[in-house]
Amino acid sequence: MTPAITIPPRSNGETNIWIKGTRKGLSITLGEGDWSKLLHELDLRLSQADAFFRGSQVNLSTGKRDLNQTELKELMDTLLKHDIKLISLRTGSEAAAEAAQSLGVRLDLPEATLDQMAPRTSPEEPSEGLLLRRTLRSGQSIRHPGHVVIIGDVNPGAEIIAGGDVVVWGKLRGMVHAGALGDNGAVVCALELMPTQLRIGTHIATSPEEKKSKGIQPEVAFVLNDRIVAEPWSGK
Amino acid sequence: MTGRAITITSGKGGVGKTTVTANLAVALALLGRRVTAIDTDIGLRNLDIIMGMESRIIYDIVDVVEGQCHLLQALIRDKRLPNLHLLPAAQTSDKTAISREDMIAICQELKADNDFVLIDSPAGIEHGFQNALAGADEVIIVTTPEVSAVRSADRIIGLIEMNGKGPGRLIINRIKPAMVRRGDMLDTYDVIEFLAIELLGVIPEDEAVIVSANKGVPLAFEQSTQASQAFHNIARRILGETVPFMPIIEERGGLLNRLRSLFRFP
Repeated sequence: MTPAITIPPRSNGETNIWIKGTRKGLSITLGEGDWSKLLHELDLRLSQADAFFRGSQVNLSTGKRDLNQTELKELMDTLLKHDIKLISLRTGSEAAAEAAQSLGVRLDLPEATLDQMAPRTSPEEPSEGLLLRRTLRSGQSIRHPGHVVIIGDVNPGAEIIAGGDVVVWGKLRGMVHAGALGDNGAVVCALELMPTQLRIGTHIATSPEEKKSKGIQPEVAFVLNDRIVAEPWSGK
Repeated sequence: MTGRAITITSGKGGVGKTTVTANLAVALALLGRRVTAIDTDIGLRNLDIIMGMESRIIYDIVDVVEGQCHLLQALIRDKRLPNLHLLPAAQTSDKTAISREDMIAICQELKADNDFVLIDSPAGIEHGFQNALAGADEVIIVTTPEVSAVRSADRIIGLIEMNGKGPGRLIINRIKPAMVRRGDMLDTYDVIEFLAIELLGVIPEDEAVIVSANKGVPLAFEQSTQASQAFHNIARRILGETVPFMPIIEERGGLLNRLRSLFRFP
């Protein structure tokens, strides 16, 4: 998967690109700002979770931005670079709608305003969760844009890649990536947290060297001060 | 009669699939059952060597599939046990030479005439393994008490479950009590707890296995060593008997007691 690059946040900590997983696939919203800067940031964001996005289909929203055919083609090429296919465009601009039609991109219903569209990628956001009641064996892989809960173990060699949080009601010994769509606020909880590799958003960590045989307790892992930390679960 | 087709597999190579297949075949035949063993490791055949039948191969499984001969013509009978047969693999082809449908057909035909059809699977998770699994009613997974073998076993159990042939039963092979005692080797309990399937048997490391392989006389023909005793116990468990696990696993304090709670004992 991806190397552990952390893109420094913009000066005001905001972004104008929102990537969200929905039942129908991936949804990308591009806000205001310089087009080429936006494309560049999109390219970087997609690179961070490359393996997750590969092969996806995308519904794109560009608000009221006027786009011409060249600009839209640029965007489609950027997506194609990551093996992502653009299947529909939602826009409030006639020019962009025309450009889409000429490039063979389907149009979705026009949106009202951008403000209503901007989805937060914080952990509180309701997204469809996946619950599995079994142990994941080596070589098995779960990918889901929302939260993932496993009642069972996750063996080494198994992997979970989730857009939301990950909860393992058992031993987490495999690889887990929470907040895989770029959400550094996601958490990973397990009754026994001993993953081969743990990733949250753009951060990566591995289990500490010392083996704990006694005193294994439920833990929560999250990003604090730009590092992944794990704390015993105290129920607070 | 319709026999039981059992595939012996592992994922990892070199953990003892062929040794287990040969010795279980002999043990079951010594108990009076009609057994045919099939070698599906096409291109790297070795079940014939272990069973001492290499020099008598005329036809093999690929010849049968290609219609060069009838299945009966390819079966080689053991010199010592008339109720034990081998269907050898081909050495001059590879695993794409036969299909899953071929395997299912061959197993059906053999099951009509045998109590047990033991299928020796090749290592890996690709075509060869898929073929070996195709005709199985049950699966035996062989592992050694060692991290990479157990990881591969976990993978293969997952694939077996996904193919609807699960969950399978486990044989832990080549266990060394002295190393377990020192804490240098995983013990039976560690392996079972990780793989979470039923334990069929535990076979201790034994030099006699290598000697018997070189001679082409499976260990199970005599009962003097701990390893051959383990094979005979496993054969009896396959037949439905409840056989206590041998004391080699008592090396760790209290382990036998822990195992008692997991498995039924007489």
